[in-house]
Amino acid sequence: MSAASGDVGGDASRERILGRIRRALADVPRYERPRDHPVVRDYLRAHGERTPAESVDLLAENLADYRAVVHRTDTAGLPPLLGRLLASRGARRVVVPTGLPGGWLAGARVDLVTDSVALTPRELDGADSVVTGCALAIAETGTVVLDSGPDQGRRRISLVPDHHLCVVRIADQIVDSVPQALERLAPGRPLTWISGPSATSDIELDRVEGVHGPRTLEVILVDGDPRSM
Amino acid sequence: MSGAVSPTGGSAHATYLGMPAFPRAAAVSTRDSGLRANLRRATHTIRAKRAAAVAELDDWERLRAAGAAIKDRTLRHLDHYLVRLEENVTRAGGTVHWAADAAEANRIVTELVRATGEREVVKVKSMVTQEIGLNAALSEAGIRAYETDLAELIVQLGDDLPSHILVPAIHRNRGEIRDIFRDRMAQWGRPAPEGLTDRPADLAEAARLHLREKFLSINVAISGANFMVAETGTLVVVESEGNGRMCLTLPETLISVVGIEKTVPTWQDLEVFLQLLPRSSTAERMNPYTSMWTGTTAEDGPRAFHLVLLDNGRTDTLADRTGRQALRCIRCSACLNVCPVYERAGGHAYGSPYPGPIGAILTPQLRGLTSALEESLPFASSLCGACYEVCPVAIDIPEVLVHLRERVVEGGEVTVRGTRTVIKPAKRHAAERALMRTAGWVLDHPAALRHGQRLAARTRRFHPRRLPGPGRAWTDTRELPRMPAESFRDWWARTRGGPAGTRSREQAS
Repeated sequence: MSAASGDVGGDASRERILGRIRRALADVPRYERPRDHPVVRDYLRAHGERTPAESVDLLAENLADYRAVVHRTDTAGLPPLLGRLLASRGARRVVVPTGLPGGWLAGARVDLVTDSVALTPRELDGADSVVTGCALAIAETGTVVLDSGPDQGRRRISLVPDHHLCVVRIADQIVDSVPQALERLAPGRPLTWISGPSATSDIELDRVEGVHGPRTLEVILVDGDPRSM
Repeated sequence: MSGAVSPTGGSAHATYLGMPAFPRAAAVSTRDSGLRANLRRATHTIRAKRAAAVAELDDWERLRAAGAAIKDRTLRHLDHYLVRLEENVTRAGGTVHWAADAAEANRIVTELVRATGEREVVKVKSMVTQEIGLNAALSEAGIRAYETDLAELIVQLGDDLPSHILVPAIHRNRGEIRDIFRDRMAQWGRPAPEGLTDRPADLAEAARLHLREKFLSINVAISGANFMVAETGTLVVVESEGNGRMCLTLPETLISVVGIEKTVPTWQDLEVFLQLLPRSSTAERMNPYTSMWTGTTAEDGPRAFHLVLLDNGRTDTLADRTGRQALRCIRCSACLNVCPVYERAGGHAYGSPYPGPIGAILTPQLRGLTSALEESLPFASSLCGACYEVCPVAIDIPEVLVHLRERVVEGGEVTVRGTRTVIKPAKRHAAERALMRTAGWVLDHPAALRHGQRLAARTRRFHPRRLPGPGRAWTDTRELPRMPAESFRDWWARTRGGPAGTRSREQAS
């Protein structure tokens, strides 16, 4: 802000607001510490008991319920599946994060565009698809969470292209619930929670899939460890 | 392109200023059968879906209680948490500004945009920027603000005002939306496609094409936030369309204007609200996109992040021990969707960006009881309590409504811009007050009550069907009760042995 702005938004307003708050809370005993006001956390850490296999099924079911397309494969099957999915859409330019294992797209006949700071939004808009990993997935809500890790890239690459392929490792990336997800995520990282393709209910509260984010979200659940490919 | 001139040629920005009191506005809107049909269909659809989404969680009531308790803890120590939030946002590379009122917030944002040298901004849907009239302030400074939420786009193109928290254009049906897009889009950028139909999918596609150009080229974004985590400095935006993600990640500069009550203490607290909000709001297990960011991140997203913390009446609300629970609100809009008054009157009648039951308690507190509109809002309710039942943070809206009614009718102590003052009783309620005082005296004096009742019974043949004078409005919609020939007390005395019998029963009990 310019220095000429005087005190706008400066310390005087800060002190004024904090002072008003303290006067407004005259009824709160001075000895009360924030933790003294009770918050009972007797809600569930997860809803229902599930085996790992049941959690995977629930994730697939909930993703599909919000119009994500779900596939299952194993490590060996991942490259051919990705190749097939990209080919069936006629994708030519495919954005990938810098840390995406090289083997994943070995079989795909596409031009790879690697994420970089130099990549402009307009160039991203010219890409057909994007392939990423994820930080974790939540079964109860049908959500994948991206934390900008090396196999996910900057937030914009999973946003601007119209087709997002997201790979989830079954062995260690699926949690049951929102509380379990938050425990595992690092708050300092930029996080994007994705539950189905972009959607709107703004017209007569009728849900329509596909507005500004990718209109097609395909989630691939992979058995085994595809990281070393 | 000149930002200051309205592209529609009409008034540059629709405004809530000078809106009539609720009964006058509602008298007009309730006669609009199209509006009522749109509202009825939309609110009934979402009502059923919400109930189903909530029923999936066995621990809903426990989550709700935790949500209320977390918000109460925050509010009781708001100064502490805001200072922590400021520290952590600053440490993560953001800049924090404090705005005591709307004018100050608008000045801060305008100067921040000017400092970038840009003349256009993209906006994520934000209740708070509606509250402070930011678009009009930017327009006066020659800065054009583009709304990017589909419903906000419909409202902006239609030179209209939002009428619902979640779905600001809920009062428009698909045909009206098609017409607005066809007639107005060209004046704001890319025109609507030829032969646009009224299918929601086609309308969404038209919005996608229209706005993509803006997302790819505009360098400054303005947002609100659903939550701010004090212990980490993280901001959270919950959305569906992806316009939020566009605004939060593509531009170089991000300015978030957020009410101070949006603070939550800890990262863990999000586990409660991220379960409560989507199910209450859009009736989804989870909304399509939730973005969380902490300050700035090298090479990912905006290089400059400014957080404007807004008071604008929130501390005055906090000073009211009964009314402060309104600050728990997470803007889900569940209370609007179940309200029989909202369903019939529509959102515009509430004269503020916060319509429905929550608006009826929030607007009079944020603005103060400053005009006939604010004084009328606490009465815009049948006190049926449906709003309290669905509220995910258990705001007892009927309790606050009654509390505010009392304040309107009897006056009393309130806090205005941080200063305690005593307001006088509202003028229009003088007759009601006199009547209540008289009734109180009569009920306190058995002899007077007895004589009064006998007099009324003897003159019953001459009672009018409708009240004269100021009472006329009351009997417009109600039958005046028929007076019985004999009062209950007289009947009791006559048939059960008179006053002596009554006394003996009193002694026995």
